[in-house]
Formats: sequence, C-alpha cells, structure tokens
Amino acid sequence: MAFWNDRHTRGVLYQVAALGGVILVGGILVSNTMDNLARQNIATGFRFLTREAGFGISEHLVDYSPADTYLRALYVGLLNTLRIALSGIALATLLGIVVGFARLSSNWLVARLASVYVEVTRNVPVLLHLFFWYAVVTQAFPSPGAALEPITGFFLSNRGVAISWPGLGVPTLDGFNFRGGAVLSPELSALLIGIAIYTSGFIAETVRGGILSVPKGQLEAARSMGLTGWQVLRFVTMPLALRAIVPGTTNQYLNLAKNSALAVAIGYPDFVSVANTTINQTGQAIEGVAMIMAAYLTLSLLISAFMNWYNRHVALIGERS
Amino acid sequence: MSRNVIVWAVVIIVSAVGGALIQGQIDQKSAPVAAKSEPKSAPAATTPAAPAQTAATGGTLDAVRQRGSVLCGVNTGLAGFGIADSQGKWTGLDVDICRGVAAAVLGDAEKVKYTPLTTQQRFTALQSKEIDILSRNTTWTLGRDTSLGLNFVGITFFDGQGFMVRTASKVTNAKSLNGATVCVQPGTTTELNLADFFRSNNMKFQPVVIESLQELTGAFVAGRCDAMTTDISGLVSIRATQAKPDDFLVLPDVISKEPLGPVVRHGDDQWFDIVKWTIFAMIEAEEKGITSANVEQMKSSEDPAIKRLLGVTAGNGEALGLKEDWAANVIKLVGNYGESYDRNIKAQLGLERGINNLWTKGGLVYAPPVR
Repeated sequence: MAFWNDRHTRGVLYQVAALGGVILVGGILVSNTMDNLARQNIATGFRFLTREAGFGISEHLVDYSPADTYLRALYVGLLNTLRIALSGIALATLLGIVVGFARLSSNWLVARLASVYVEVTRNVPVLLHLFFWYAVVTQAFPSPGAALEPITGFFLSNRGVAISWPGLGVPTLDGFNFRGGAVLSPELSALLIGIAIYTSGFIAETVRGGILSVPKGQLEAARSMGLTGWQVLRFVTMPLALRAIVPGTTNQYLNLAKNSALAVAIGYPDFVSVANTTINQTGQAIEGVAMIMAAYLTLSLLISAFMNWYNRHVALIGERS
Repeated sequence: MSRNVIVWAVVIIVSAVGGALIQGQIDQKSAPVAAKSEPKSAPAATTPAAPAQTAATGGTLDAVRQRGSVLCGVNTGLAGFGIADSQGKWTGLDVDICRGVAAAVLGDAEKVKYTPLTTQQRFTALQSKEIDILSRNTTWTLGRDTSLGLNFVGITFFDGQGFMVRTASKVTNAKSLNGATVCVQPGTTTELNLADFFRSNNMKFQPVVIESLQELTGAFVAGRCDAMTTDISGLVSIRATQAKPDDFLVLPDVISKEPLGPVVRHGDDQWFDIVKWTIFAMIEAEEKGITSANVEQMKSSEDPAIKRLLGVTAGNGEALGLKEDWAANVIKLVGNYGESYDRNIKAQLGLERGINNLWTKGGLVYAPPVR
C-alpha cells in the first residue's frame, strides 16, 4: 500500500501542511512588516533595550533610577506585575473562600450579606472598582501633614499607608512625604483592593458551587460514622469540593492576572504601564506590544501549569491521568 | 513509512519557509515600482494649475487633491490647541495649521477631516498614513525626528515645562520640591524632563503616572501629588478650569524647552515644503500687517514682498506646486499667525504672546523670506 493511502500517515501530512500554511502566513506578515518599516525609515529591533530609560518609576522592588536602561525599567515593571498578581490572587482567594462559605451559612443575615457582596462585586466592571477605590484612598484620607495615626507607628494619609517595620524604621514626616517604614502606596492599595474584591465575588461562587456539588450521601455517611462537623469538612467535603473548585478558580486567577494590566488607569507602574512609556519614548510599538503579549502569555501559562498540577494533586486517585 | 513522513514534513516546512522568504523578496522589489507608477496616473486627476514636474515627487499632495480634504491628527481636547465644541467644530492653534494647509492646497479651509489622537496613538497614525499632518502640540526632539520616520515641519508654539502646586503648600520655586510627589502623564517628553530636572539638581521625587489627563488632574487636586507638571500652557489651561484657580500656583521655573509643531512623514519633500511654508506665510503675513480682513486691499500694495506673498507677483505658488493665490487663501480663510494666536491661545487660555511674539517685537517667531 502506498503511504498516501494510509489513513494515519495522511492525517500527519494534513497536520504538517496546516503547520506549513501557518508558518507561511506568519512569514509573509513578518517579512512585509519589516519591509514596510524599513521603507518608512522606522527603527526596528531590540537595540533600544540597552539605552538609558530616562523616566522615573515610583515603585520598584529592585534598585532603579532614571539613569538605568529600558531593560531594567521593564524588569521593574514585570516585578510589579508579579507582585500585584500574586498578592491579588492570595487576597481574592481568602475573601472568596470566606464569602463562599458565608453564603452557605444557616445564619440568614450572614448568607444574605454574602449574596449582596457577590452580586455587587462581580456585576460592577473592574475598572470602576479601581477608580472607586483610588478615589476613596486619595479623597477620603488627609494630607501627610495631617495623617491619621490610629495605632502608634501606623499612618494613614492620601499618600498611602506607612507602617513601622523592623529594619526599615519608623515613618516620620520629612518635607512632603513620609520617610522610613514600609509604605503601601495609594495606587497599589487601590489596585489590590479593587481586583481582589472583584475577583473574590467570582471565586466565592465557585467555592459555593464546589461545596454544593458534594453528594449528600457522602456527608450523611461521614456523620453516621461519628465524624464531627470540622472532621466532615476537613476529610470529606473539602477534598471532594476542591475537585470542582480548582478548575473554575484557575480561570479567575488568569482573569485577575490579566485584569492587573488596568493598573495603567490609576497610575500603578506595572509592566503594561512601563512598556507603554517605553513604546512612546522609542516609537517601537511592535516590539513593545510583542513584549507585553509575551509577558502576559508566560504569566498566564505559568499560573495555568501550576493550577493543573494542583488539580491533578487533589483529584481522586482513580481519576488521575 | 515513518521515515517517509519525516522526509515529507521536512520538504513541506522548507518549502513553506522558502516561500515566505521569496514572497518577502518579491514585495521588496515590487514596492518601488508601485511607488513610481502612482504619480504617473495621478496628474490627470489633479487641478490644471498643478505643474506636472512637481507632482512627480510625492504622493500626499495628489492624494489630498483626489480626496478633496486634508486628514489632520489633533489633540483629543486641549483648549487653545485643538478642541471640538458642542457642534463638533474644531478650533485651536494646531487646528488652524491644518485649516491653513487646506486653504493653500484646496482653497477651502473647511476641507479638513480631524482625527483626535492620544499621545500614544499619534505617531503610529501618521506612519500608517491615517493622517496627512499631525498637528497636536507635539514637542520636536531629535529622536522623534529621526527614528520614527517623521519630519518636524517647524515651530508653531514655543512652550516650556513647569510645575503647578497648591498655593497653601507655600512652595514658590521648583528647587524646593525635593522629595515631592509629582503627577505626570506617561509617554511624553515631560516625563523625561521631570526625571532630568530632579537628577541634575540632586533631588528626589515620586512620580504618579496616569494616562488620562482628567484622572491625573483629579489625583493632583485631591492631594495625591504635591505638584503637577506639564507644559506651562497646559498648566495654565488646567488651573483656569478649576473651581478656585487661586488655590493653585504655576511656579515661575521653566525646566525645559518644548517647541511644539506639526509633523509629516519622512520622504515626501513636497508635502513637507507645503506645510512648512503655510506656517511661514502666516508668520510673514503678521509681520507685514496682512490680516484676514485687509488681505484683498493688500493685494494692491506696492511692497514687493507683499506682492510676492499674495501671489500678485507669480512664482512662489508654482515652486510649491500650488496655485499662486495659496498664501492669500491661507490669510483670508484662517488669518495670520497673530490672529490665530489671539483667537485661540490668548482668548481661551489668557496667555500673552511672550516668546511667541514676532522676532521684531522681542519674541522668537521668525519666518525665512517668502521669495
């Protein structure tokens, strides 16, 4: 039999041909773009990354000054994105679990309040959450000179929260702003609260759905064996519920990571914000947008891979593949 | 058989990649041919006054004539420079440049189609030929003039970057802003000048970078920042729109040069010349005392410079590839530079001429001889 009559071989050939087609189209696009840019005398390539950035970034987890390169600036932005994504995921999960359980509470008031929380948070666009919390932080608190100090060494002002921190010292007002101590800026606070609360509404519903998905018989069986309420939750409800909760929560984590790009609206210097400034200063939009896409794709795939690993970990033995 | 599959796969991938490369080659070769063939057919459609020899050098003029309108990229809304009123009518100093070019090329200042652009969209829009002119309070810098594939035409407004603070803060000059939090828009030369200023004075600052000007102003007014920075014309404009302008103070320090002017694409010298000399004609008209009101009387002037400018003595129009009355149309329909300044910058922002006065009156505004 000739190989083109073999069904399996033909399948492989079709796939290779399709891949070839994709590469062809991609190649034409890339070569045409490069050609057009060259004809219009527009600079291309990534050489700009080693040039001096020249702009300031308010929040940096590693040392940064305007004399550093664009590459360093983008690295600072990437760390800021990771910081907001990870802390946002942690806070949203915590809130989501609490509210998800609260909505199943037998206490009428707690359950109703949780329902209102879920409906309000997940039905308001995330951008409005950010503007709302940013306005709260900047408008509701006094200037640094008249900062609130509810606890000694804990200052609340429209410049954010300044806290005494071991190794960083006590915050003191020096000129315009607080010096020393740990500072949580209004932009980071508003962004963290905004996206965490928004996402927690969705996570709460996933958690509630997961718990409700546990067959009643399992719980009755557990109780009839003499397990206490806590033991039922710990050894029966949660292991079974997690299987339903994890995939849905993964989606919410991915959404949260991507929504963090809205930071640009309220001035938190995340990766998109720094990359946008870079695009503007260098004029190299294609390279800049490609880097933004690559960064978010990598971040999303990493979150996804981790959650898939965790999902397999919590799956029933018989269902693991 | 599996070896066969691998062989076929390699053949297909190699041919696909090869095909892509060849395609790229063909495009490169065919491009100049297409560019050359365009002007050949174009003169037939242009107005008879256009001399054939100048039409061959660029595509924008022909495209504008065929379309019957100038595509102009403007600010999304900055009083004095480019702002649309409730009827959708655009006014401003930047807008007047586009109206002037439409008057020079088409004889009608209203034949302009406006595209409002953010700081981030503006250069891409011009590069991709969505617009013919970018006239959007854009600062002329070496980097933008070269690596973006664009040409800055000239300077229509000499601006400088400054700071605005709250009057209550008792800050009276920029040097006492050490440690301050400063509100600034991203993607602007302003952001870089801010960093330069603090670095060169060994001072520290915290930037708060928000793209939308409204959000940024809101953050500053709410007290998020100690100072706000942008071009002084912009600060004056923002201060004027506050409920209590006296609560805010624009500091006297000017920390940078911000020469604002229109931009065109690299490689179309004829269009570059037309936009450039439209601006110079407006400046020259002010210097010679020609206004939109008296331009018709001025045509009978005995001054040879005025006669050349208004096309009574022929030559300038032909050199630009335009009708001889191009400059007369600009002045009649848009006005001279001073008229545009007074109508827009002075009336809407209350800014005096200052360094934007004519060179004969102690300013920097100067036009080469229109001859």
